Amino acid sequence: MSNLEINLGGLKMKNPVTTASGTFGFGPEYAPYIDLNQLGAIVVKGTTLEPRKGNATPRIAETPSGILNCIGLQNPGVDYFIEKSLPYLKEYDTPVIVNISGNSVEDYAEITRRLSQADGVGALEVNISCPNVKQGGMVFGTSCTAAADVIRVVREYTTLPLIAKLSPNVTNIVEIAQAVVEAGADALALINTLLGMTIDIHKRKPVLGNIMGGLSGPAIRPVAVRMVWQVAQAVDKPILGMGGIMNADDAIEFILAGATAVAVGTANFVNPRATMDVLEGIKQYMEKYGVNDINDLVGAAWK
Amino acid sequence: MSFSGLSKVISNEKTGPQQFLIVLHSPELTKQAKPGQFVHVRVNGLSDPLLRRPISLHEIDYASGNVSLLYQVVGKGTELLSGVPAGAEVDVMGPLGNGFWIPEGVKRVLVVGGGIGNAPLLPLVKELKDRGVEQTVLLGGRTVDYVAGLEGFKSVGVTVETATDDGSLGRKGFVTQLAEDIFTLDKPDYFFACGPEPMLKQLIITADKYGISGQVSLEERMGCAVGACLACVCKIKVKTDEAGWDYKKVCVDGPVFEASEVVFDV
Repeated sequence: MSNLEINLGGLKMKNPVTTASGTFGFGPEYAPYIDLNQLGAIVVKGTTLEPRKGNATPRIAETPSGILNCIGLQNPGVDYFIEKSLPYLKEYDTPVIVNISGNSVEDYAEITRRLSQADGVGALEVNISCPNVKQGGMVFGTSCTAAADVIRVVREYTTLPLIAKLSPNVTNIVEIAQAVVEAGADALALINTLLGMTIDIHKRKPVLGNIMGGLSGPAIRPVAVRMVWQVAQAVDKPILGMGGIMNADDAIEFILAGATAVAVGTANFVNPRATMDVLEGIKQYMEKYGVNDINDLVGAAWK
Repeated sequence: MSFSGLSKVISNEKTGPQQFLIVLHSPELTKQAKPGQFVHVRVNGLSDPLLRRPISLHEIDYASGNVSLLYQVVGKGTELLSGVPAGAEVDVMGPLGNGFWIPEGVKRVLVVGGGIGNAPLLPLVKELKDRGVEQTVLLGGRTVDYVAGLEGFKSVGVTVETATDDGSLGRKGFVTQLAEDIFTLDKPDYFFACGPEPMLKQLIITADKYGISGQVSLEERMGCAVGACLACVCKIKVKTDEAGWDYKKVCVDGPVFEASEVVFDV
């Protein structure tokens, strides 16, 4: 039996397959379709200090091999998450990675403090890359100093593994990656969605309620693979790779580019068992090529 | 638990301009289905179009294990679906959503549909008939060709009245005007409706004037259909909320909501 276990910045995962934040709710949504115990980790919907209603509709638009979304971090707030969602997730033998967002550095600090005191949180994914909120989100993730400031402060409030989720909407993602690693990130998640938009030519208006949105799906995969490739060679921290992974072949591409773990996002909407199909396919690939340890594949395309 | 997998296409035929009826053999799905629910259909195995298409159940045949979907071709996904031949298999998830519920003690109801929004009302009309609830069905559309599913409703053996924008069938005008006549003349206890937003909005205002409550089935651009992505939300009145409303998910909290709770943007 080959080894699938990986270590994502201090978080031990039984396999490298997890879910992209915002595409998997808080877990129970997909429990009728897959056994959540089989996942390497569950990354939950972006959580903020206060409950948020999110953006106006339409919140989703289809584009060639992709979707644009502008959900706007609708979530019930961190206290609700701790009281209502965590107890459900703790029943599973799968670590929970909580994706966190804030309007200010203070927000990030407070949410981190509360989650670090709660029982059942495996790691924090610090979202400094949401393209759909006016304050916070991507504002932090597109500047090296701002990104590092958030990570440094969050670091002070927790001993949990810290994963910084990076935005692709930057000139040089390597510089941002280096800045957040310097500030104390244990791992990097990339990429978040690419900022995009689409216009209804009949109504002569943007389709999305928030005008612009984040592009995800297979359309962005080559960009994501390229960024994982660049960052993996520049920093000495594990990467959670994502961006248009639809099947095991796509996931393996990310691993070969340098990702230690992979997140399945938009694919869940198309195939509710996508995570399990990815996991099964990785096992088959390892068997086919006689790979004994998944870690041997990480960055194998350049190592 | 919802079914998710391949279902055989029994037939897929054109029933009007840009309108098709697909019959799927899907016993696991069918046995759990109820009026007002929908399925999430993957039109091909490729990545473009990427998402599934949510389509409501038009007929539920428990005996044969078949369900049918009456749909309008509006874009690439439904265009591709319309080309799927009998004998092929399509990937469907469902049944999804809450569906209509028939409140205790309701004796006489008004069922109002507009355009392709008529589709999910047929299984409801059949269930109301089976339960001995008296009903009047009002169906509308732009022209005679767009009064979706008309023959099916007539074959149930209930009173069906129609309205079209151009007067090519039934009353010239909106189905909501027919509804108002009925509210005035022969006040029903309750109503059920599905159709375009302006129709639903007008109907709710009119029904409220006569003190009649009801249910409406809503639609919104949808992603996952299981409540995870939060794309298909609509505004629903919530007393505890500061603004008096909160976003609810059309896919799992709906698509059917109490009419009085829906907040429409002006």
